[in-house]
Amino acid sequence: MSTNIADHVRSSLVRRGRWGIGEILFWLIAAATLYFLPERHLILNEIAIIGLFALSLDLILGYAGIVSLGHAAFFGLGAYTAGILARDGLADPLLGLGAAAIAAAILGFVTSFLVLRGSDLTKLMVTLGVALVLGEIANQASWLTGGADGLQGITMGPILGLFEFDIFGTTAYAYSLTVTFLLFIVARRIVVSPYGLSLRSIRDNPLKARAVGIPVNRRLVAVYTLAAAYAGVAGALLAQTTQFVSLDVLAFHRSADVMLVLVIGGVGYLYGGLIGAIVFKVLQDVISAWTPQYWQFWIGLILVIIVLAGRERLTERVRTLWKGVAGRTAKSPETLPKTSTREV
Amino acid sequence: MTIALETKGLVKRFGGLVATDNVSFKLEHGARHALIGPNGAGKTTFINLLTGVIKPTAGQIFLEGQEITGLRPELRVQRGLARTFQINQLFPAMTPLETIGLAVSERLGGGRDWWRVTGSKREIIDEIVEIAQRFRLTDVLDERTSNLAYGKQRLLEIAVAFACRPRVLLLDEPAAGVPEAERHELLATVAALPRDVSVLLIEHDMDLVFSFADRISVLVNGALFTEGTVEEVSTDPRVRAVYLGESVDE
Repeated sequence: MSTNIADHVRSSLVRRGRWGIGEILFWLIAAATLYFLPERHLILNEIAIIGLFALSLDLILGYAGIVSLGHAAFFGLGAYTAGILARDGLADPLLGLGAAAIAAAILGFVTSFLVLRGSDLTKLMVTLGVALVLGEIANQASWLTGGADGLQGITMGPILGLFEFDIFGTTAYAYSLTVTFLLFIVARRIVVSPYGLSLRSIRDNPLKARAVGIPVNRRLVAVYTLAAAYAGVAGALLAQTTQFVSLDVLAFHRSADVMLVLVIGGVGYLYGGLIGAIVFKVLQDVISAWTPQYWQFWIGLILVIIVLAGRERLTERVRTLWKGVAGRTAKSPETLPKTSTREV
Repeated sequence: MTIALETKGLVKRFGGLVATDNVSFKLEHGARHALIGPNGAGKTTFINLLTGVIKPTAGQIFLEGQEITGLRPELRVQRGLARTFQINQLFPAMTPLETIGLAVSERLGGGRDWWRVTGSKREIIDEIVEIAQRFRLTDVLDERTSNLAYGKQRLLEIAVAFACRPRVLLLDEPAAGVPEAERHELLATVAALPRDVSVLLIEHDMDLVFSFADRISVLVNGALFTEGTVEEVSTDPRVRAVYLGESVDE
């Protein structure tokens, strides 16, 4: 009797760590686009970068419940760090990524203590403020950043000394996709770990989390720092693959867009950022080809519909359909480590 | 008997209001001790002081002889002081399995463990099973907590506190709001708590107090009014006047 329960307990806990068919397919398709969509690699590169950026926001918003309107601070810092290093002769891409991650993590760690106090509104304002401050510093320190003209003269070395960046963006896309995938694996591992479980508990009920003995603030500082590092890497990827950095990487619309992307894709299951990035960029591409001036009108309308209709309902329907289809062909797929979607 | 939990001259003032008035209280090791008092007597404030949610204006708190007065709530839990809440404080989107697993793996230091999949450790699994059986939650382990019957949620509330392996367990009205049909199960599990856990029960329900506790303290207007065995307190005419009388009126 109790061994049966033990088996059941183990399997329902460990199941969350396993990869589902849908997930494997997702990444296989992503890898396949390297061969099958050669003329789209520039935009796919951007999608991978935005996806990673949104994944980073999902770590703090979807798993820890920290709202932010200034996530671009870390993205921008990462972009400038990698860009300045490359301009000044340290052209190795991986070195730049590492430096960007560390710089952004330090900023994340320091600002986490400001962000973790207060209500959601306080958090929104503090994160927004930090990003604005950083944007103005980048603007003023033009000797370092190039100011409003942007950071010129970035030349990247080959990745691992082997792969040169090409004008079609193929190396760039392969690079961004690989980095995003590796960081995704780490994030996915984290969210099903005991640490990840403790984050979800903090998001759902901080009072109770404390009563279970969880050091709430320390856990939040850790995830905020980690998410900052992720955003820094995303920014570095953009700087390295486009070989240009402008003040735009720190702009408010970056922070707003990444929130939009995450909300489109869904909060709290890690794929939301990636799927949101695809939808966002494809829509931007399609709509702006059709009506260049007004594409934001349509993306705004879509956002309103998604939030009001409630994605939970929309995705639940898709999931039921998928289960019905998959149930006939094979065992039903393992669901993702889904937590309830926060209404944003 | 040794002392599990002790307060010395504990005072809490909110502005002009004295919510806790010089309370010196001892909970003996292995005790089944009830704290009763009319509404507004300061029972919840007292619990919040013990668990560290609020800081006392004056006085000291000791857990197994060590002072914990200034310790943060989560550190008190780690030292062995756990509580349940009068109004369920659960994780609605998580399952009972995850909730108990969270508490167990936190205690075993797993909460800092970010690379291992939850549930890959044998000792954690075994303990989850033991707690689930003790609190009769085995049949609802995979339900969403928000979908559980109220009685089961109440059981889970106690199970989570128990999963912290407390030396001292504070139960804040564990049976409050539980429908008659589910009551028996709850009371049976509370009665079956192991004797090495010292329990302080805060309760309105006199039946539960008399069946469970071997000592009773009465709190009135923030101060300890009297303390004694169930026999002594239940026959004390002054207690009848301030408390039992009022509870009939309620």
